[in-house]
Amino acid sequence: MRHLLDTQTLSREDALRILDVAEDMADTQQREIKKLPTLRGKTVVNLFFEDSTRTRISFEAAAKRLSADVINFSAKGSSVSKGESLQDTAQTLQAMGADAVVIRHGASGAPRTLATSGWISAGVVNAGDGTHEHPTQALLDAFTIRKRRFGADSRGRDLAGVTVTIVGDILHSRVARSNVWLLDALGAEVTLVAPPTLVPQDVSGWPVRVLYDLDEAIAAGPDALMMLRIQLERMNAAYFPTEREYSRRWGLDPLRLRALGADSIVMHPGPMNRGLEISAEAADSPRSTVLEQVTNGVSVRMAALYLLLAGADDLSTDDPAPTPAKETTR
Amino acid sequence: MSTRIVLHEADIARALTRISHEILESNKGPDGLVLLGIPTRGVTLANRIGALVEQFGGTAVPIGSLDVTMYRDDLHRNPTRAPQRTHIPDGGIDGKVVVLVDDVLFSGRSIRAALDALQDIGRPAAVRLATLVDRGHRELPIRPDFVGKNLPSSREERVNVRLNENDGSDSVTIEGR
Amino acid sequence: MSETLLFRGALIEGTQAADVIVDGGVIAEIGPGLSRAGATVVDADGLVLLPGLVDLHTHLREPGYEASETILTGSRAAAAGGYSAVFAMPNTSPVADTAGVVEQELALGEAAGFVTVQPIGAVTVGQKGERLAELGAMADSRARVRVFSDDGFCVWDPLIMRRALEYVKAFDGVIAQHAQDPRLTEGAQMNEGAVSAELGLAGWPAVAEESIIARDVLLAEHVGSRLHVCHLSTAGSVDIIRWAKKRGVNVTAEVTPHHLLLTDELVRDYDARFKVNPPLRREEDVLAVREGLADGTIDIVATDHAPHPAEAKACEWHAAANGMVGLESALRVVQQAMVDTGLITWGDVARIMSREPARIGRLAGHGTPLTEGQPASLAFYDPSPRRTFTTDDLRGRSVNSPYLGRELPGDVRWTLHAGTVTVADGALLDAPGVRA
Repeated sequence: MRHLLDTQTLSREDALRILDVAEDMADTQQREIKKLPTLRGKTVVNLFFEDSTRTRISFEAAAKRLSADVINFSAKGSSVSKGESLQDTAQTLQAMGADAVVIRHGASGAPRTLATSGWISAGVVNAGDGTHEHPTQALLDAFTIRKRRFGADSRGRDLAGVTVTIVGDILHSRVARSNVWLLDALGAEVTLVAPPTLVPQDVSGWPVRVLYDLDEAIAAGPDALMMLRIQLERMNAAYFPTEREYSRRWGLDPLRLRALGADSIVMHPGPMNRGLEISAEAADSPRSTVLEQVTNGVSVRMAALYLLLAGADDLSTDDPAPTPAKETTR
Repeated sequence: MSTRIVLHEADIARALTRISHEILESNKGPDGLVLLGIPTRGVTLANRIGALVEQFGGTAVPIGSLDVTMYRDDLHRNPTRAPQRTHIPDGGIDGKVVVLVDDVLFSGRSIRAALDALQDIGRPAAVRLATLVDRGHRELPIRPDFVGKNLPSSREERVNVRLNENDGSDSVTIEGR
Repeated sequence: MSETLLFRGALIEGTQAADVIVDGGVIAEIGPGLSRAGATVVDADGLVLLPGLVDLHTHLREPGYEASETILTGSRAAAAGGYSAVFAMPNTSPVADTAGVVEQELALGEAAGFVTVQPIGAVTVGQKGERLAELGAMADSRARVRVFSDDGFCVWDPLIMRRALEYVKAFDGVIAQHAQDPRLTEGAQMNEGAVSAELGLAGWPAVAEESIIARDVLLAEHVGSRLHVCHLSTAGSVDIIRWAKKRGVNVTAEVTPHHLLLTDELVRDYDARFKVNPPLRREEDVLAVREGLADGTIDIVATDHAPHPAEAKACEWHAAANGMVGLESALRVVQQAMVDTGLITWGDVARIMSREPARIGRLAGHGTPLTEGQPASLAFYDPSPRRTFTTDDLRGRSVNSPYLGRELPGDVRWTLHAGTVTVADGALLDAPGVRA
């Protein structure tokens, strides 16, 4: 695997491979000595153009547990804030010997631009690009669902027949997009719930069901209910009138938590707006996987870094899977 | 390219029987033993040896597997491999006599990696090495405690171990120029 | 350069073969079996003769953005594409909103000498959309501006648009609108649709173009003015223009070559060469504008040639500038999308890429008939080759073309500007009329 840019072009086989290797990584995290020497001598650069302590720390922990060296580059106050281009920033890091670049950027497509530009030879991991994708988040979400469902017997299993409902600002959510493609590849059935203003104008081609009514979605008894963080700035662009109305119609309040099946899990990528999209009761219930998601995030990111860095440069095709581009017939 | 059968099914069975007796003899019985096979075929062999040790020694002996992929020192020279299962039996390895089981001992690097892996898992009282075939050409100061067959070979030759559980039949062959 | 040229066997607007003698800046003779002592004979067998192309929508970047293009380099790119005249959009720095700036542009174009550069004046001061610029002064200046546009920006305030439409009637001017409702396209990056939903790029909905066009045709009808719609890109816009023309509204519309060929599927790799405003649309839209161009709903092809320096395109999509260069490739793309598909003839090409743009822009001496005595602004084009388009085909200062690496038909062999040769035998001359 040369880069991990998205889940849309990730095959079912590759996805399962990452999840299964993550199981092995998780096992090592149970030992007294949680470190592995596997990536000793490799350098992983965290290139974060957007603030994100949680994801950055998760990648840092993953890299360090594989004995890789970690360099953290935060764009705030750096040369980037003075106008240095993505190209120059990337090439500077490469000149410092980066073997992998974990990039979080506010512009959708920036990791792909970085990976295909020819500016650097390092492998690229997308840690979240604009509103496009966040592949390791989707992978850790799938890992968590699988683990809760199959326990120690998770290896090799997909999510065929598992129903997952994702609630929130789909339009602006890279977590939602990555989850839609990955869950579909693993055989799960996905339902999206949001106010109409926060669903993209044309999702007719997506392998999902779209509902505007959260109670209707919960009545269908999903195996996993994933709540997304709502950004209050959206209120100013007229996506919904008030926090209160959003919470009332699309928040996971105690009543809805009770209506949810006893075996259903409640998920949230964090950070949570307690009381807005998710009640404290839901966040702290035994059905909530919020903290496991964080732990699993390290295992999944260890797997991703291992698969990207451990082997020799792939002798097969190096380029990221070409995205389907259809043009007008001549 | 010529292929020569070095061990037939019966030879393998005899070798494993002898190894099992030797393990019990050197340990003065089955107590404190833990067999850890190195995937893939080392695990199969560990299971067979474990059954024999139980048969001769009278007590079941814990059997597990130890994957060494993450500890190899030559990862960057080969395509990425998916790691295999590491299963440490209940009871762990602290204070135990761990017998590593592998099918072919060659450069010794897999065993070095296995020793590193063991170190991160616990502190055994002792570590022994059982191998079905020792084909020489060691690159590290590693020696086996229990050997099925010493097989002098040249570097260019390929030694193939087939086991019923993995490949449908039992044999050890050497393939040369 | 007073060289008499005799072109033998050219296909006049793609139909019958004839010989053409160019002398003293005009078509001296045109017909079969000609001869002329002392004339340089050029074998034009198989070449289509078109009146020199006229681009009603070009960005020459000078004054102010000379790193991307200058009037000289842009004129050269135009000549290489078979053009003999270009209309220069006013989003320069300073903005071309005064007689002084437009006269300067005119002078620079004349000094360059490759094509006629006809300045377009801004509609509002600084293109800010607040106050009308001195449209009359620009019309009366040496630049004789007749086309006014705030291109790059929409004249959004309906009152300002109404006043502008009315005001230019006094001098037969026309307002060329960049139709884009700014409120519906805040932060927009690409066409809003299925692709933008997947890519996580903010959408530029078709309705933001269509709603402005709908409003403007009604305004133009109400005040009895001409209206020109720039770079029309959606199926809905074609429908609105068709409806308006049926009602008798005096509206004309242009489409770019790239909107005749490329769709938003090309954005999937986030390659900023495909970032443009208005954005590349869906396949349905491409087919609709082709049909509109073929049936006359859309009057002309205009390139919207928009040069940008490398760093404005070799970056993440969000940070990239909008625009594509298009002068050198225009005729080849139109051949690919419209002629080779059987939708239009070479005669239609002459109309949509030369005659009508000159008429809409009220530009004399261009788009003239191919008859004796008319100015010899001509393009001789070979439609037969098929070649990969590369940076070697670009003659301007910038290389942001969406066609790099794509096979396109055709090749401009000769371009003449009022009798002066600018492209000879497929090669752009270093100086107009000077051949080695």
